[in-house]
Amino acid sequence: MESTVLKTKKLSAYFGDNRAVKDVTLSIPEKMVTTIMGPSGCGKTTLIRCFNRMHELIPDAKVEGKVFLREEDIYAINPMIVRRRVGMVFQRPNPFPTMTIYDNVIAGYKLNGLELSRTESDRIVEESLGKAALWDEVKDHLRRKGTFLSGGQQQRLCIARSLAMAPDLLLLDEPTSALDPKATARIEKLMTELKKNVTLILVTHNIAQAGRVSDLTAFLYLGELVEFGPTEQLHTAPRDKRTEEFLRGKFG
Amino acid sequence: MDRERVKLRIAKDSGFKVFVIVLSFLSMVPLFLILFYIMRNGLSSLSWEFLTELPKPVGEAGGGIANAIVGSFLLVVIASLPAIPMGITAGVYLSEHKVGRLSYLLRLAVEVLQGTPSIVIGIIAYLWLVISMGGFSALSGGIALGIMMLPVITRATEETLKLIPDALKEASLALGVPYYRTILKVILPAAFSGIATGILISIARIAGETAPLLFTAFGNPFMNLNIIKPVNALPLLIYNYATSPYPEWHSIAWGASCVLVGVVLLFNLVTRIIARRWKVQF
Repeated sequence: MESTVLKTKKLSAYFGDNRAVKDVTLSIPEKMVTTIMGPSGCGKTTLIRCFNRMHELIPDAKVEGKVFLREEDIYAINPMIVRRRVGMVFQRPNPFPTMTIYDNVIAGYKLNGLELSRTESDRIVEESLGKAALWDEVKDHLRRKGTFLSGGQQQRLCIARSLAMAPDLLLLDEPTSALDPKATARIEKLMTELKKNVTLILVTHNIAQAGRVSDLTAFLYLGELVEFGPTEQLHTAPRDKRTEEFLRGKFG
Repeated sequence: MDRERVKLRIAKDSGFKVFVIVLSFLSMVPLFLILFYIMRNGLSSLSWEFLTELPKPVGEAGGGIANAIVGSFLLVVIASLPAIPMGITAGVYLSEHKVGRLSYLLRLAVEVLQGTPSIVIGIIAYLWLVISMGGFSALSGGIALGIMMLPVITRATEETLKLIPDALKEASLALGVPYYRTILKVILPAAFSGIATGILISIARIAGETAPLLFTAFGNPFMNLNIIKPVNALPLLIYNYATSPYPEWHSIAWGASCVLVGVVLLFNLVTRIIARRWKVQF
């Protein structure tokens, strides 16, 4: 049995009185890609934003239930520490516009005031960009601003920035929704590479993408976890009628 | 008949274009007239001595405006020291808290302050600072000018920060960066050019203010660097010399106007360069 990185227990998330995520209980296994799939507005993004305590930054937002990261209750530890251990990649690439490519990669250290020796930071930059499949493209331009890169490259830079912190878990919130098909294909290929070393949670509303890259799929509908299981089984023989209808394109 | 109509429309269209162009040119005329007039009258008195010497008593030839240049500089520094950090902080607060009681009050205060006539600010500074300190001073003048800078900087900061995408803040927070470091190291650097522009514009604006200085800095025919003593400033010198009965003082006032306008123009130019050079692309 593979070990579990993240576990939720009866997790609910609110915006004011509106309950966007309802009693979700699930376990995310290590070194796999788990997709959270569902129609727009079903609470996918809200759910993963509970995993790195970003949800609570919204005024009036509230979280109920438990989330354990490697058996530790993340709502009992400092959110800054949680966010350093759980990386996040957003819908739109968001490299720091005032920083060079090099500084963007080690931004997590620099901005947190963590000291790195020159050799250490050089190593982290090369390794992280290598893992994000960007090193060959940018190794001669490390001192250029990150915003000069193309959208797909910027997104891989953001992935490298998260990987540099050596996270236990990487959350990808529709990372390809702002990218063209070619850049999307690169990122999808990258995800299957990355899972050798890091656990990934991917949020997408793209059924085909979920099928291509993920080992496990969770189907979320109106904030409820409808079905969770191996991707192949969920795609070919869904147990719930709502999953089947979503997969057939009846809604979403 | 249709053809006629089209012709008429084309004619109207070109008429409108001419109208717009002519009015645009007309609106530039006052500026050029002012610049031309100041230069014609002021350039002749400009010289190295004019910038570095102190004023001479009436009747003696020559003399410069060094005390007013230094005084204006001193006043700008005194005004900027509290106004820049306070203005930026208030601007950050407003952009971070779009709703709420404090931001409503703050926004109202900034608007009212911006609309307050400078002479009123001068009188308040006179009542509160000059009288309680027992005399005119550079400090009271600088504070009066600082109050005038404050809303300009606050507004510029808020407007600039509004244009910075939330995604940037989220990127930083998601790396576990504390809120204060996110503001100081990610958001403010990204807003640098806009905030710097606001600061320079506010300085250019107060550099020419006369009214608040009449009751505070007061003016001083000598060089003074003591901030609790009266100090001269370019607009004060222009005001005093231009209203004097002596023709040689009039030409000094023209020369000083030339310097003041030149400095303000320079600031505007630098502002444009900064805005272009440090523009952040998101």
